[in-house]
Order: sequence, then structure tokens, then C-alpha cells
Amino acid sequence: MKGFFAFVRKEFLHIFRDRRTLLVLIGLPTMLIVLFGFAISTEIRNVNIGVCAPDKDVSIARLVDKIDRSEYFTFKGWYGSAMDVDRAMKKGEIDAALVFSEDFSSSLMSAEGAEISVVTDAVNPNNASMEVMYLTNIVYGYFFSDTDSMRQSPLVPNLRMLYNPQLRSSYNFVPGIMGLILLLVCALMTSVSIVREKETGTMEVLLVSPVKPIGIVFAKMIPYFVISCMVLVITLLLTIFVLKVPVEGSFFWMILVSLLYIILSLGIGLLVSSLVKTQIIATLIIGMVFLVPVMMMSGMLYPIESMPYVFQLIAQVIPAKWYIEAIRKIMIEGVPFVFVLKEVGVLLGMTVVIFTAAVLKFNDRIE
Amino acid sequence: MDSIVVRRLKKSYGRTLPPAVDLQEPFSVRQGELFGIIGPDGAGKTTLFRLLTTLVSPDEGTATVEGLDIVRDYRQLRTITGYMPGRFSLYPDLSVKENLTFFASVFGTDIKTNYHLIGDIYCRLEPFEDRKAGNLSGGMKQKLALCCTLIHSPRVLFLDEPTTGVDPSSRREFWETLARLKDTGMTIVVSTAYMDEADRCDRVAMMKSGRFLVTDSPAAIRGDFGRQLLAVRSDEMFRLLQDLRKMPQVDRCYTFGDTHHVVLNDGCKSAPEGIGRILEEEYGHKGVSVRVQPATLEDCYMNVGG
Repeated sequence: MKGFFAFVRKEFLHIFRDRRTLLVLIGLPTMLIVLFGFAISTEIRNVNIGVCAPDKDVSIARLVDKIDRSEYFTFKGWYGSAMDVDRAMKKGEIDAALVFSEDFSSSLMSAEGAEISVVTDAVNPNNASMEVMYLTNIVYGYFFSDTDSMRQSPLVPNLRMLYNPQLRSSYNFVPGIMGLILLLVCALMTSVSIVREKETGTMEVLLVSPVKPIGIVFAKMIPYFVISCMVLVITLLLTIFVLKVPVEGSFFWMILVSLLYIILSLGIGLLVSSLVKTQIIATLIIGMVFLVPVMMMSGMLYPIESMPYVFQLIAQVIPAKWYIEAIRKIMIEGVPFVFVLKEVGVLLGMTVVIFTAAVLKFNDRIE
Repeated sequence: MDSIVVRRLKKSYGRTLPPAVDLQEPFSVRQGELFGIIGPDGAGKTTLFRLLTTLVSPDEGTATVEGLDIVRDYRQLRTITGYMPGRFSLYPDLSVKENLTFFASVFGTDIKTNYHLIGDIYCRLEPFEDRKAGNLSGGMKQKLALCCTLIHSPRVLFLDEPTTGVDPSSRREFWETLARLKDTGMTIVVSTAYMDEADRCDRVAMMKSGRFLVTDSPAAIRGDFGRQLLAVRSDEMFRLLQDLRKMPQVDRCYTFGDTHHVVLNDGCKSAPEGIGRILEEEYGHKGVSVRVQPATLEDCYMNVGG
């Protein structure tokens, strides 16, 4: 046991001597949270909009004013015809346009009704559909509430956005970032630090010692476990106090699921380190086999349901997918723990499998 | 009593490669013996060390160290052996003292308990106790590595080229330490590339292509040279080497310090004067001196196994 603690002490010394890496480990979550929370977002803001209204009147002017006042759109100017709108869009003056039919206000009263076309630049399809949605919402809202004379439509859609009423993308990203960072810190750092001992030849000396080799690697996990917990705390603090994403569900279960995921990630690091011989290969494997799929296929950026079937199957074996799902349910939806039993079960199963494989594969010789 | 007993030992790293170690003859190392292994790079020295320290397992054959089988009893064996690999393998980001403390606690002991073993080496390192191991000089690194290997008072010590890249005075000190350790009854197996070091061993094994070609005391190996050896000089050393290699009487010729050592063919009985005369008359060398040279270990090494 004394030998084991000597190892743990040594690992902490390594980490504290390497200040830069430590700084990166602690700085990374902060950076990612700020990036995803503020800079990278799927929300639209300040979209330049042009309007083409052959018969401009007060009601149209008020609508345009309402659109301009919203934080999503900036009114750029009036255009004479659909052609002008097209030209302006090509020049990049505007990203979206509203085109009113002729005799708009008077046609509103008529039996055929009036027409508004919403035109958007669909080079970026995500933005375009968001713009259409937002514009339609504003226009609907205007005609159904602001002008109370228009209450003749029998069907009024009542839209409710559950759990994230403001449609803030941070609600979606935070669980993803947690899944990403914890994997990075645990798996990458553990495997690199174990493989480094192989590379520098110190593993040879350590193996020829009475400390059980499996003790050597478990001793390596402890410091990274501690750092991961710190990262988890930092991420949660930033999420709650800076991004203002509330934790709806049980804090206790959220932490517990995260700890399970941390242990699973440590296991992945251990497994990788027992398979490879150099730090660069360990880094590549963690990066290519684990990080990229976490970004692309865990449902963090793109919904799994809209992927081709094969990728959906692959997504099922990505630990981060289950972790992100569980955290979304607990943190954002605030459901009781029983509803995440499946996710937790899968994570637990993966942990057992990975640790078994890692320990079986771990060689206490250097062949 | 024998400390290390090898009956047969074979290890290869790939089907297509020749075996790295292929010891077919049994050999043993006595307790308290200083046993040297010399051989060219790639002879299998490191693999042999790794086999005996249980780091790799043999394909065929077995060996025992202190009565413990290197395959079956490897756990137990690891507690009583000390192994110092060829390249520096301590933690460069830890200080001298931290390295030593760490290795002591790994073996369940502390620096005080076995200070007597490392004292005379460690006293040299003590002024640099707080320096990072990575910033030490080559000789200091080796001293520290030896301290870390000795700290648990191993019964058998394996040193793989411990003095490569170490200055002559540090090498001398290093070997004085080994002699003292040997006197405490420790069995020491050491590989080296320096022949003067091999001379200090009780017995030396010459290794090539995974096999021991000769295993004997340095004196006996020198005595068994059994061929006529000459040391030749002239004013034009480079041309002399080429000319000597052309001569029918000469089997091998190689530079040795400031002379060329010449091994004559078995049947050739010509005296040193004869060779000298031929060099002067037929090849036109000036200032020729030829004398009979008693074989050194290096000569034996150069000539063993072709």
C-alpha cells in the first residue's frame, strides 16, 4: 500500500511540474463553454432584412418596425420589386426579405386573402429555416394579436417549446461539452501518461519492482480522476452562473452519472495505453476513435435520429452519446432518476466491459 | 552456490527474425560473482537481461535466479533483483531526491534503511539533491540510476551497459562501487562495451548473435588466444593497414590505439623481423617497428567467432 501511495504522489508531482498541461486541462472547459455558449450558436441574430411592398401603408410599416425592433432582424430598406430584392441578396446586403402582394392591406379583407412571401438566402440551410420560422412567427403574431380585427382564422397554431422556451443553444451544448471534456481529460491524459512511461523506459524499471503493475496504472488514474472532478465542478459552475442554464433535475444524480462517465473514460485511457507503445499513437487513437465520434455522432451537434441507419448503430456504442442523453434528461428536462436508468445501465455495462478488457489486455511484461 | 542457472534459453521477436537470444549451452553465475557480458550491438545482451529480469518470457528453455524460475516465480523474483536498463530511465521532471524516495517506497523501504549501500555514490549527488534529474550530467544520471536500483538491497543486480556515455573517472568510480557491492555478496551481471571494464569481471561471456561464444575468466580468455599476435607501426599508418591486409601471412589486421594489431595465419611461423623486412623492402615503409604483442581481451573479442 505504501508503494501505491508513493505512485499517486509521484503522479501528482508530474502533473504539477507540467504547469502548462495543467493550465490547458483547466482552461479548456472554460474556453469551450465560452465558445459554445456565446460565440458558436445556432441562434440567429441581427439578420439583415429587406422588404418589398408595392403598396406601402401604415399596417405594413408597423409590421416592418416590429421586425426591426426584434433582436433577430435588422431592417435594411425598401425595395421596389422582387428583382431588386434578388439583386440585393446577391450583393450580400440582405439575407432575408419579405415580399408583400399588391394591394396588400385591402386584400386582407377580401375572400382570397393577402399574400406575403418570405425569401431567404438558403446557402446555410440551418440559418434559412430559422429565419423563416422567426419571420413567420413575427408576422403571425402581428396579424393575430396586434390587429385585433383579423380574428377570422379558425385554426391558430399554439407553439410551445418545452424545457428550453427561449431556444438557447447552450441548453443543448452544455451536456455535449461535458461529455467531450471529461473524455479528453480522462482518456487522453491517462493513456498518454502511461504510454510515456513505456516510451521513456521507466516502465521497465517499474515492472521489475514488487508493486503490482495493475497498481501502477490505477495509481495513474487517481490524479486524473481528481482533475476530472475539478473540471466537472468548473464546467457546472460556468454553466449555471455564466450561461445561466438551470439544473432542473437532481444535482446528486447528475454528479453521480458524471462520476460514472469519468471512470468509464479512465478505463478507455487504460485500454488504449495497454494496446499502444507510443504517445503519438495513443493521442491519435483517442482523437480519431473517440473524440471525433463524440463531436459528430453523439448527438452533441447533429441529432442522431437524422443520421443514416449505419451511423445510428455506431452512435449506440459511443459512451458519450449515453452520457449526453442522461445529462440532458436530468439537467435540462429535470426528469426523475428512473427515466435515465437505461442510459446509466448502458454506461455501467460499458465501464465493466472496458475495464475487464483493459485489465485482461494489460501486460506485466514488456512484450 | 549458483545464483543464476540457465539451462537453455531462446527468445525471438518475430518469425522471420533470427532469435535475439539463443543460448544452447547451460551456464551459471555463482553467488557473489561479478559476471560480464561483452558483445557487439545486437548480440542479444539486452534481451538476455530482460529475460533474466522477467520482463520478457522465453520461447523455449528456462532459467532460475536465486532458485526462482524466471517464468513461474516472476513475482517473487522481482522483489530480489535490481535492474538498470541501458538508457536513462528515471523521471527527468522529478528531483534527485524525489526519484530516490519514490523508488525506495516502491520497494517498500526508505532511503535510511539501505543508505550504507548507496552512501558512497549518493554523497556525490547530495549537493544536487533538489536538481531535476533531467538536468544532471550523464555520469550523475547513471549514479542516480544505480542508487535507485540499489535502494532495495537486491540480491542480484543486472546492469545493462551502465557506463556508456560516462567519463573515464566516473567509470572508474562506478566500477569501484561494483567491487564493493560484490564484496557484500551481491551477484552482479553487467554488460559493457569497454574491454578494460570486462577485465575487472570475475568471468566474462562473449556474446554474438544470441549465443555465448566463450565464457571464462578474462585471464583464461587471454591465455587461450593461441595465435601469433603482432603490434606494427610505421610512418604511414593508413597505407600500412591496407598493405598488411594484402599480405598472405596476415589473417586479420585492425587498428589498436596507435598501432595496428596483426593476427598471423595459423601455419605462418615468420618472426616479427620477417614481417618488418617485407614491409620495408616490398612496400617501402619507413620507420617500421614490429613486436610480439600479448593478447588483450579486445584482441580476443575481435577474433572470436570470426
